[in-house]
Amino acid sequence: MNVSTDSYYLPHESRWSILGSIGLFSFMLGAGIWLDGYNVAGPLVMGVGVLCIISTKFGWFGTVIRESLAGRYNLQVDRTFRWGMIFFIFSEVMFFGAFFGTLFYERLFVVPWLGGAGNMFFTHALLYPHYRALWPTNGPAHVGGAFNQMPTWGIPALNTLILLSSAVTVTWAHWALKAGHRRKVVGGLIATIALGATFLAMQAHEYYLAYTHFNLTLHSGIYGATFFLLTGFHGLHVTIGVIMLTVILIRVLRGHFTPERHFAFEAVSWYWHFVDIVWLGLFIFVYWL
Amino acid sequence: MTESVALPAEPHHAARRGLMRWITTTNHKDIGTLYLIFSLIMFFVGGAMAMVIRAELYQPGLQFVTPAFYNQMVTLHGLIMIFGAVMPAFVGLANWMIPLMIGAPDMALPRLNNWSFWILPFAFTLLLLTLFLPGGAAEGGWTLYVPYSLELGYSFPFMIFAIHLMGISSVLGGINVIVTILNMRAPGMTLMKMPLFVWAWLITAYLLVAVMPVLAGGVTMQLLDHYFGTHFFSVAGGGTPLLWEHVFWFFGHPEVYIMILPAFGIISEIVPTFSRKPLFGRTSMIYALASIAFLSFIVWGHHMFTSGMPVSADLFFMFSTMLIAVPTGVKIFNWVATMWRGAITFETPMLFAVAFIILFTIGGFSGVMLALVPADFQYHNSYFVVAHFHYVLVTGAVFAIMAAVYYWLPKWTGHMYNEFWGKVHFWLSVISVNVLYFPMHFLGLAGMPRRVPDYAVQFTNLNMISSIGGFVFGASQLIFVAIIFATVYGGRRAEARAWEGAHGLEWTVPSPAPYHTFATPPEVAG
Repeated sequence: MNVSTDSYYLPHESRWSILGSIGLFSFMLGAGIWLDGYNVAGPLVMGVGVLCIISTKFGWFGTVIRESLAGRYNLQVDRTFRWGMIFFIFSEVMFFGAFFGTLFYERLFVVPWLGGAGNMFFTHALLYPHYRALWPTNGPAHVGGAFNQMPTWGIPALNTLILLSSAVTVTWAHWALKAGHRRKVVGGLIATIALGATFLAMQAHEYYLAYTHFNLTLHSGIYGATFFLLTGFHGLHVTIGVIMLTVILIRVLRGHFTPERHFAFEAVSWYWHFVDIVWLGLFIFVYWL
Repeated sequence: MTESVALPAEPHHAARRGLMRWITTTNHKDIGTLYLIFSLIMFFVGGAMAMVIRAELYQPGLQFVTPAFYNQMVTLHGLIMIFGAVMPAFVGLANWMIPLMIGAPDMALPRLNNWSFWILPFAFTLLLLTLFLPGGAAEGGWTLYVPYSLELGYSFPFMIFAIHLMGISSVLGGINVIVTILNMRAPGMTLMKMPLFVWAWLITAYLLVAVMPVLAGGVTMQLLDHYFGTHFFSVAGGGTPLLWEHVFWFFGHPEVYIMILPAFGIISEIVPTFSRKPLFGRTSMIYALASIAFLSFIVWGHHMFTSGMPVSADLFFMFSTMLIAVPTGVKIFNWVATMWRGAITFETPMLFAVAFIILFTIGGFSGVMLALVPADFQYHNSYFVVAHFHYVLVTGAVFAIMAAVYYWLPKWTGHMYNEFWGKVHFWLSVISVNVLYFPMHFLGLAGMPRRVPDYAVQFTNLNMISSIGGFVFGASQLIFVAIIFATVYGGRRAEARAWEGAHGLEWTVPSPAPYHTFATPPEVAG
């Protein structure tokens, strides 16, 4: 079924994966050493790991790009990449799902319980009689001290506008690529990267404000913890997305991709839309409601 | 299912020699072998820890180890057997067999396949390294419950990062299996014609991709709580330790099925072969697998009946858990119905398969008992639970892996194993494993808690019996290793169709399977 007449490309050996494993190992070993309190040795070992991981990325993706340009990949290989990317994004959805689940569970169940909801009357009356279970909260012990929430209709609303616009520009670039208008593709990609970078700069500024003006920190109880967990991992994914878009831009400038075959472009745009949708969830559940 | 005979492809590329062959290989058979060997080594590492546990429990009092070291053994035994032995063994079988069974030239993403494997040795280096750190290894149990876990010393970050690495390996491996099955099937191999082992792995891989990221997210929150001052798991800041139990078991219950669905697939291959009948109720077997996978996402709370959930949640999880007995029952009945009036012979794979059906069912029944909320209040955290999950994981998953190894060894090595020694291994194992685990039911019902190095004297006799069973079971596995070695290096030549009643594409290629198979896809007739 659906097998092309030409054969499926199978690489004979891979030298990059072992370097990638060594990189992951050194990075995590170093991180562990650092967290255990060795502030010089740890970062050194981590640095070796990061170098290995970066060279793996360059080497591995470079090999794949060269093979792709050499026309080794038939339509079946293309479908493999598509399915692979779809399930990779699905795994990322589940990763964020764990954090959204944490937010909903804490906010809808745990905090009301601490305030005596359900059959937790005595929990509240005997253990935390002075605790008022209102969201946002830093818990019965008011850990981290009084703090303020980020106003919804300031930076977060603007950031929503920015990311939604970037989804439009990346789609515009995709349509242009399909129509063969390469200058529009470059324009669309540059606009998307610029919007992504603006988003990150605004978020960095937001974190700065949170720490200096709102006293909203990682230590601000469950609100601060979920706030920085969700926005932080999302920001990390936007960063990765911007890097990937930049690589795609460079490849477009070098004349890669045809109107028919441009899986890497599509994969990155899927990823960008995924990051966008996660942000909508964040805007609604972390900042707004 | 009918299949045509495929000609073996001319090996257009021979394997490299030496260590670099194994490090750089992208061949699914090489990688399958690596996974299986790694799993066997980890089976003995984890098994050695189990021997320490059983030696300490041979008598009441403390004879050999400190309570702290005992806890480290219990914790590492669990983590190693699950992530190091059972899961890699199934992934190894998937690597070897799925391309052969669906007529594919290799896995869909061969480089990624190599990476998925080569992350694992590093992950377990990181985990085992913690044994040598001041304060020792992780000791909160494999479930890493907070706050125990957060009180660990030097070993804490290494344990967390080891789990991250195992998660990366599993997700990449899972994606590869899904893509291979969806995209690499030979012409005519429709989804509903796929062998049951392939179906089981398609569903298992989906579970892997769905839940391993959740565990990664959970351990990341532990890391943040430990080092970065967040309060996810601390009530003072509005969090709760219960959050960890929810996140962990949302991963943990599907994880349990990740370790048993491929076993169901294996048994569904072996029983028809040695009964010389097609699998009874083939379609219902596929739907049963899918139902079990679906239910696995909505039953996690049955691990937490005594943790203080609302009664309504207890009830929901009790009923959803008992629903699992329905599709599982369908599978058991179908295997028995497949054997019914079959021309059965009892070669070693079949012996293990039949033992699986009987002993896994015992584990299933004790599972239904544990699903009952009022009853679970009594059994919870007792040796009854230990008996339950060892029946489903040792006489379930591990027996299925052993059945699979005996079943497919002729295809891998080109030699038949020694049937006499196979049977010796089986009978020693099946008797000793029951001596080992059956008394644990009584110990648990009588009130012995799990995870204790010392116990009240009235539990002495049953613990002694159990330990003797454990030592014999452990020693019997040396026979298994000896048989594998002997079969790799010699033995009667195996034919392409090593078993008289075997069907499926993997039996159309010569034994041992050539380095490259199905370079041109075989035609699978309607």
